[in-house]
Amino acid sequence: MYRYDEIDARIVRERVEQFRDQTRRFLAGELSEDEFRPLRLMNGLYIQRLAPMLRVAIPYGHLSSRQMRKLAEIARKYDKGYGHFTTRQNLQYNWPALESVPDILAELADVEMHAIQTSGNCVRNTTTDAFAGVAADEIIDPRPYCEIIRQWSTLHPEFAFLPRKFKIAVSGSEQDRAATWVHDIGLHVVRNEAGEVGFKVIVGGGLGRTPMIGEVIRDFLPTAHLLTYLDAVLRVYNRYGRRDNKYKARIKILVKAMTREGFAAKVEEEWSHLKDGPATLRCADVAHYASFFTDPAYEALEANPAEFTARLAEDVAFARWVERNTRLHKQAGYRSVVLSLKKTGVPPGDATAAQMDAVADWADRFGFGEIRVSHEQNLILPDVRERDLYDLWQLAKDAGFATPNVGFLTDIICCPGGDFCSLANAKSIPVAEAIQQRFDDFDYLHDIGDLELNMSGCMNACGHHHIGHIGILGVDKNGEEWYQVTLGGSQGSGATIGKVIGPSFARAQMPDVIEKILSVYVDSRHADEKFLDTVRRIGLDPFKERVYAKHH
Amino acid sequence: MQNIIKDGAVLTADAWQLVRPDAEGQLSVPDEGDVIVPLAAWLAEPERWAARDGRVAVWLASDDEPAELADSLSRLELVAVDFPAFTDGRGYSIGRLLRERYGYRGELRAVGDVWQDHLHYLWQVGFDAFEIKDGKAVESALAALATFSERYQATFREPQPLFKRRST
Ligand code: HEM
Ligand code: SF4
Repeated sequence: MYRYDEIDARIVRERVEQFRDQTRRFLAGELSEDEFRPLRLMNGLYIQRLAPMLRVAIPYGHLSSRQMRKLAEIARKYDKGYGHFTTRQNLQYNWPALESVPDILAELADVEMHAIQTSGNCVRNTTTDAFAGVAADEIIDPRPYCEIIRQWSTLHPEFAFLPRKFKIAVSGSEQDRAATWVHDIGLHVVRNEAGEVGFKVIVGGGLGRTPMIGEVIRDFLPTAHLLTYLDAVLRVYNRYGRRDNKYKARIKILVKAMTREGFAAKVEEEWSHLKDGPATLRCADVAHYASFFTDPAYEALEANPAEFTARLAEDVAFARWVERNTRLHKQAGYRSVVLSLKKTGVPPGDATAAQMDAVADWADRFGFGEIRVSHEQNLILPDVRERDLYDLWQLAKDAGFATPNVGFLTDIICCPGGDFCSLANAKSIPVAEAIQQRFDDFDYLHDIGDLELNMSGCMNACGHHHIGHIGILGVDKNGEEWYQVTLGGSQGSGATIGKVIGPSFARAQMPDVIEKILSVYVDSRHADEKFLDTVRRIGLDPFKERVYAKHH
Repeated sequence: MQNIIKDGAVLTADAWQLVRPDAEGQLSVPDEGDVIVPLAAWLAEPERWAARDGRVAVWLASDDEPAELADSLSRLELVAVDFPAFTDGRGYSIGRLLRERYGYRGELRAVGDVWQDHLHYLWQVGFDAFEIKDGKAVESALAALATFSERYQATFREPQPLFKRRST
């Protein structure tokens, strides 16, 4: 993991003091509501329906056990004993008092954490593959570049007041697990013909009210030029992005208006002045950051040791959990474990302080003290010995962390919705819960197989509903909460935006609607055909017919 | 003038008058004294400004193109950039372009919705003078120049990014 040096620590401390003073001036009436808002947002502080909400950055989803314990401690001391892991690999506290936020930030700084740029119209937390460093199909480890980008974007003096928020995602493997096609900038590692490693640069993707898949503006950017090129893209956006209408202010609108070619040419022109400048990365610079992400001291182990395979054979529930909730590791004898935060009856992504502490303990006991947060809102222990999986499983079960549903229908991505968010059209958590309750039979889930169901409480799309195989969107009809359903969305390399199947539904209908959709799939699928592939093959009509069929 | 910070100190006297077009778009420039005129006026009437007794400087709106001023920069002792709202960040890019691309070395003044919380960044991108908005404290703004003792990026003030200073 990256460790702060004295300078990183100092910068974060100075930011805490700056924010403490800003909060003091606001409370003293020296800063107006309108003046304070952008300042507090830039430090992750929203004023929500029930209380302020503080969003803490978890850079590219990496946490140490020590940091996790601190998050638990803060949840107990300043909040109601829990936190919410988000789709952008961050953590949100829903109940802190405004006055105590500077103290929370100071406590975070003790463990090399902060809330810098977790909201506001600036460059946000850079996200990446939750399996970075341990994935078998990795071309390069994206984390050194994520840290380089984190530092470049932190308090960048030129880009603190962009037209709108700006999100960067990096994928270092063939398969894109970082949703690079739906970010303001997606960087996808590629090799060119000479075998050199660089980035494909994708710009202007995004969800929200105008969902778009990004455009490739450069097929191959040598890694050395990463920062100067980012400066060029951001400068073009900062200068020419629309500022008159916040719904048209994202970079995707600018790219659309200028066309892909026009935008790419403008960036190249700007870059021609910056290229090879002082921010060009040398090998030694990359090596410095890469030195923080070397492999831990793995033991030389054989894969599938006898004590592990014996347990698999005798305990079906364990075998099921291993199949769904663990992933193969590049190192023989190890697995990555996904701890599901999707237990029925608990808002997706929520974790209690006791759970956070437990995960921290397991990370120390079974791994190398590291934890990851995935954008599917689960927690990951990246390196667990196969022979320890049975012990870990039993502990995880007791702590409500072992629902064997990773990648299943009930592994729902869901925003906080109307229970917490003042922008919501509709609640999302109760709908997720009703669906989880209806489909609690694991044999059925197993039969349905891989299926991503994503839900947002409004068109801001925090729950990524557009790229769910099934997407649910809360809409407002004359003050009532209704739900619109889309099919065929997907993340990853062939990312697509789902299509609306028709008029929206009342909340109580939703489990039935999902059940009908699944029944069409079961009736129509070819052998081994996944849900998404069936939708793509047969189109929306069969689903519409069944879902909207008149009762006789 | 008690609300202008320049080179890290509060100015006690400042002769410049910034002229903005009125509601009808008319520009009335005083005959006497030192004036800061909009870019469009500067480009439109070069003879008028050359013939004028007092000094003439130029201000850029946030959607102006700094390249249009490139040829004039060596003749200007002051360029101002307007921040119509503090959340309008275009002026930061304009500052860097004037300093780094067009090599401007005279006074670069931030005007408009400018106060304490923006000074540090403005200084980094090349501004050296700040007209603090009415009603905002000037002394605390002055102190805010030193909010951060380090930065990661290559900027006008700090041409070498931190990663380079770090790994060698
Ligand atoms: C509870 C308070 C929240 C508020 C007020 C809020 C507000 C917003 C708004 C206004 C947008 C749309 C911006 C735009 O499209 O330009 C947005 C998008 C987004 N939010 Fe939230 N959000 C909240 C919570 C969350 C949570 C909990 C998550 C993660 C689970 C999240 C993740 C996202 C993501 C990923 C997007 C982006 C979609 C895109 O690419 O445009 N937000 N949020
Ligand atoms: S999608 Fe809408 S309702 Fe859900 S958290 Fe985002 S803004 Fe709130």
